[in-house]
Amino acid sequence: MPVHVVAEVLANRRAGAHRVLTLAAPGVAEGFRPGMFVAVTVGPAQLARRPMWVHRVRGSGTHGATLEVVVEPRGTGSRWLGDRAPGDRLPLTGPLGRAFALPREPVACLLVGEGVAAAPLLALAERLRERSCAVTMVVAADDEAHLLATLEARRLARAVTVVTADGSVGTRGRAEHVVADLVAGPVAGSAPAVVYASGSPALLRAVARAAEAHDVSAQVAVAPAMPCGTGLCGACEVPVQDAAGQPSWARACHEGPALRADRVNWGALADRRPGGGTGAARVAGADGVDW
Amino acid sequence: MTALRLPSPVVVAAGCGGSGRELAPYLDLDGLPLVSRSLTLDARGDGPGPRLEEAPSGLVHLAGARNRGVAAFLADDLPWLVRAGAWVHVSLVGATLGEYAELARRVGRAPGVRGVEVNLAVPDPRGSGLFDAREPFHAASVVSAVRREVPRDLPVLAKLRPDVSRVVESARAVADAGATGVVVGGPVPAALADGTPAGLCGPAVRPVALRCVHEVCRALPDVPVVGSGGIAEPADVRAFRAAGAVAVQVGTALLHDPTVLDRLGRGADPQRPVRRPDHPHTPHPQEEP
Ligand SMILES: Cc1cc2nc3c(=O)[nH]c(=O)nc-3n(C[C@H](O)[C@H](O)[C@H](O)COP(=O)(O)O)c2cc1C
Repeated sequence: MPVHVVAEVLANRRAGAHRVLTLAAPGVAEGFRPGMFVAVTVGPAQLARRPMWVHRVRGSGTHGATLEVVVEPRGTGSRWLGDRAPGDRLPLTGPLGRAFALPREPVACLLVGEGVAAAPLLALAERLRERSCAVTMVVAADDEAHLLATLEARRLARAVTVVTADGSVGTRGRAEHVVADLVAGPVAGSAPAVVYASGSPALLRAVARAAEAHDVSAQVAVAPAMPCGTGLCGACEVPVQDAAGQPSWARACHEGPALRADRVNWGALADRRPGGGTGAARVAGADGVDW
Repeated sequence: MTALRLPSPVVVAAGCGGSGRELAPYLDLDGLPLVSRSLTLDARGDGPGPRLEEAPSGLVHLAGARNRGVAAFLADDLPWLVRAGAWVHVSLVGATLGEYAELARRVGRAPGVRGVEVNLAVPDPRGSGLFDAREPFHAASVVSAVRREVPRDLPVLAKLRPDVSRVVESARAVADAGATGVVVGGPVPAALADGTPAGLCGPAVRPVALRCVHEVCRALPDVPVVGSGGIAEPADVRAFRAAGAVAVQVGTALLHDPTVLDRLGRGADPQRPVRRPDHPHTPHPQEEP
């Protein structure tokens, strides 16, 4: 069950271009499963909340379980968040949303994360390993500074492909250009049976296409602006279709963020509004929120 | 005349409580007054989803009365809310007087409905293809059309725009047409960044709504007024009550704190408000004229 609490910032450390906040948020860590998020209130005059992936949960002595969120300072709200200091208080609600579905069998899994949206995939990799799934990962970003947790990815996965748009490290290019080959497999010995992806709409769509072409099941984490995070306002709706192809809408914060890739209506999603409306909208205001 | 009874002076504003289920993890719905989202006869949901943009201390909101239609509400959401103990007012919106009347007929006798709220505060009626109730005469026609179709003892509230130049006139007209009370302070007509007509909500509009509540309460002391617009703190509730409002509605504040009602309920009253629907307390003497 999600709770609304005033969290306390315990630590704020730099990780490349990102800030990692450690939060004591009583009751939030307990129900967490990979793919869930918290909705954080920023500043007094900004009324849309910022959805933040829960990156890690740690059981810690004095504060009970703590959680980590990763902030990419790129707009008024996220800069404000990235500036929080230990002792500061942050009202937030969580854990929210639908987590990634885990395979019942110990199968090979490919995890593809881009920029700050890779945040939920480390906890997912850990969970999959506990189930004896062979995990391979793609960690992508614009440049080296925006790559998230590649060291940890190397510890958790059998193979990690690093991709940067500027070629500063790893393969030069975009995640959406390498996923097709990786979904076709084999990587580190086995073709993936399940693909998980979190990143830009272009990446998620590329994953969905590749998964369909190779008859692999895929789960994507959709993350448009979520002004409430609790399913009340509906502004994060994405177009979907059911098994029979009947179109409808799913709230990214409530029926998602993790959705079956074959249920998302990618064409309609791209048309929905200028700027796409989902994923890492880099331009402040592209989805109505100055991140 | 029908009395307005509410189990608590702090009410969930139309469209801001989801289907009710979304609030259940955070609050006890038993005895919670809640206004449904505005319902139309047929589902309206094919178009793109609602849009929300941040403005300083506000949200600019465009929904175009997106909803699953009155039949789905009556079959699915209403029974759930009633079982949870919520005190449900159903918000209605239509394109014509006939649609409002038909909606009232469908809703007015549904089991568990405690009141009807006629949404006359749509920020862009023409763009949304809805009835334009800006003229007090038109607002009154809608209220008479609804009043005729529902049981005599069912409260009918008219939700009016926080337009200080028209609000007293509109309130008088709808009261004369049979409204039990008025909700003063829907979204302030505004625009999204790309110019699309929408409505501004949240603390940014609070002083505007408060002014409207003051004016209506002063001009029409016998008409119960429910205030709405940017209420987020106990002090806001006190300010609206001091202006003469018998109750307040909370919308935007719920979007960033789903527990806010408990805080406001306690703040409005020294004691936690009695929230049992079978023992409604009287928040204000004006309430039972
Ligand atoms: C997400 C959202 C949905 C809304 N839906 C409705 C609606 O269906 N019917 C209606 O009369 N008002 C609707 N409103 C307006 C609110 O009921 C309320 O009158 C307005 O937002 C001002 O109050 P606030 O500042 O507390 O939000 C909606 C507002 C928001 C933010």
